[in-house]
Amino acid sequence: MSKSIIKVDGLHKSYRMGNNALHVLKGIDLDIKAGEMVSIMGSSGSGKSTLLNILGILDNHDRGDYYLDNVKIERMNETKAARYRNNYIGFIFQSFNLISFKNAMENVALPLYYKNVSRKKRNMQALEYLDRLGLKEWANHLPSELSGGQKQRIAIARALISNPKVILADEPTGALDTQTSYEVMEILQEVNQMGITVIIVTHEDDIAHRTQRIIRLRDGLIERNEMNGKYQPVTTSEIFTTN
Amino acid sequence: MFDLDRWQEILNAIKQNKFRSILTAFGVFWAIFMLVVMTGAGNGLINGVTSGFKDFATNSAFMWSNRTTVAYQGYDRGRWWSINNDDIESIRNEIKEIDVISPRLQGWNLREGQNVVRGEKAAAFNVMGDYPQYRKIDPCTMPWGRYINDEDIRERRKVCIIGENVYDVMFDEGEDPVGKYIRVNGVYFMVVGVFKSNNPNINIGSNKKETIYLPFTTMQQTFNYGDEVHFFGFTAKPGVNVQSVVDEIKPLIKKHHKIAPEDDEAIGGFNVQSELQTMEYTFLGINILIWVVGIGTLIAGAVGVSNIMLVIVKERTREIGVQRAIGAKPAVVVGQILTESVFLTTVAGFLGLAFGTMILQLVNVALTASQAQASEDEMTFFANPEVGLPLAIASLAMLILVGLFAGLIPALKAVRIKPIEALRHE
Repeated sequence: MSKSIIKVDGLHKSYRMGNNALHVLKGIDLDIKAGEMVSIMGSSGSGKSTLLNILGILDNHDRGDYYLDNVKIERMNETKAARYRNNYIGFIFQSFNLISFKNAMENVALPLYYKNVSRKKRNMQALEYLDRLGLKEWANHLPSELSGGQKQRIAIARALISNPKVILADEPTGALDTQTSYEVMEILQEVNQMGITVIIVTHEDDIAHRTQRIIRLRDGLIERNEMNGKYQPVTTSEIFTTN
Repeated sequence: MFDLDRWQEILNAIKQNKFRSILTAFGVFWAIFMLVVMTGAGNGLINGVTSGFKDFATNSAFMWSNRTTVAYQGYDRGRWWSINNDDIESIRNEIKEIDVISPRLQGWNLREGQNVVRGEKAAAFNVMGDYPQYRKIDPCTMPWGRYINDEDIRERRKVCIIGENVYDVMFDEGEDPVGKYIRVNGVYFMVVGVFKSNNPNINIGSNKKETIYLPFTTMQQTFNYGDEVHFFGFTAKPGVNVQSVVDEIKPLIKKHHKIAPEDDEAIGGFNVQSELQTMEYTFLGINILIWVVGIGTLIAGAVGVSNIMLVIVKERTREIGVQRAIGAKPAVVVGQILTESVFLTTVAGFLGLAFGTMILQLVNVALTASQAQASEDEMTFFANPEVGLPLAIASLAMLILVGLFAGLIPALKAVRIKPIEALRHE
């Protein structure tokens, strides 16, 4: 297999709740290779979101080591963390989290804005991504004028535009109906086939079964970490053939 | 650098809560408006008061005799006495700190009935006896002719200069008065000039516009004042404190007239320098008051802006979190909040500045109109309310500063928002 993109050793994380410390992650070991498509499952409170936050450098871990693309991620200031996020990671959220007053194109272009790419250039790139996701004619619409599936596709375009190495998706289909969920998963599979590592947090089995590997968390520990025998890669990659 | 995305966000934030934004901005608007109007009014007051004596010698004083209040060397208290020519002479010789000294006669007993006559015209005017030096203390312009000169004094010429109103009454409009004669209390004097004081608000002894100035020596002789001096004015040399000169003059005069050294009442006086100083302190006090109130109001407005910015940050927690998650550096977020705060205060403040200036302009126009109608003798205590460019620039700087301060706490709060908060499912 290829090299590790995410490597985690003995990861611990506790939250302080008043006088009690809530021990959420109790020693996670994880090794995700570049180009993998992995789902993290678990009931609520199992620590799957906390793990995702730490992987996304949105939160600090207490103990253990975390290597992202062979760079050790430690407690760092926010400016540096923002730069890592901007360069390595694309986020997809359950509730889409599009900026309400920006149209589709501007939303997609936003990560490039933080990279100081000129407006003209980033809008051009954003249009290109929207085109690939079949949303070009919606470029000038506000999020409030779009359906859930369309919004999530815009969010995916936004996650992709900064050329991340890893896509972290937190319940990406949680707010979508089954049909749309499958469409979104298909897109994510195609993204994965471009060589981008995709990590999905979900509690839906059918979603998890569309990934190569399923990691089950229980009470802050990895309960099972197994390859998904039923995984079927999408055969017709229409969207990202140009890459 | 103009950053469209940043302004899009700011305008959106304002637009989403128009009413709230307007109310918030009103606090700052009102503060600046008040500051401008109050400063303008203060300046108007200062301009009005000072324009009446802008040219008057500020380093001058006047002194006169009063009844004594202490018995001394066999003289009872309550004695009448008078300053005389010898006093003036010895003051001029002995006190080196004096620049010019100008004794004056006030012909209060001459103004009776219609004491001034020219042909068929007759009216009552004041008569004063003066030295050429008096012009150094109370500068004037001469629409016609010349001022009293040294030759007039030495030769006791029967000449006179007349105030503007005297000219208006005794002569036809545009008529050259120089060389014409008028009869003052039965004696003919040749008019050599018409004077127009630069300081119409300061009248000592008589209304200058309705006064005829005779040469001092001529008046002493013609109207039998002997060697009396009714009062005198002087200016101190540059850099000399006027009060110290007054303190030198008093013992000298007291010695001449056998007045008790401890008799403070016997010599009356008016120290222009110290009076002006008092007035300047008053103006300073007014200005300080204006600024204290203005800045206090501005702080109240800034607290309002700060408060609303905190609410905005709270409302946008999720949005800011998302922005952070997709790579917005803390500096971008801080810059965003600060720009918004500065924008809000500066726009509001500028409207306040503009509106305040407009009100002042309207007052100015109304004032000018009412002054044009008012009679010329009316003293003005309010003129030309204005705010200068320095105030405008200062308030611009102040607004930006206030905006920055108002945005500081909300911005820091925005930075403390962890990106994970945006990821929390609602």
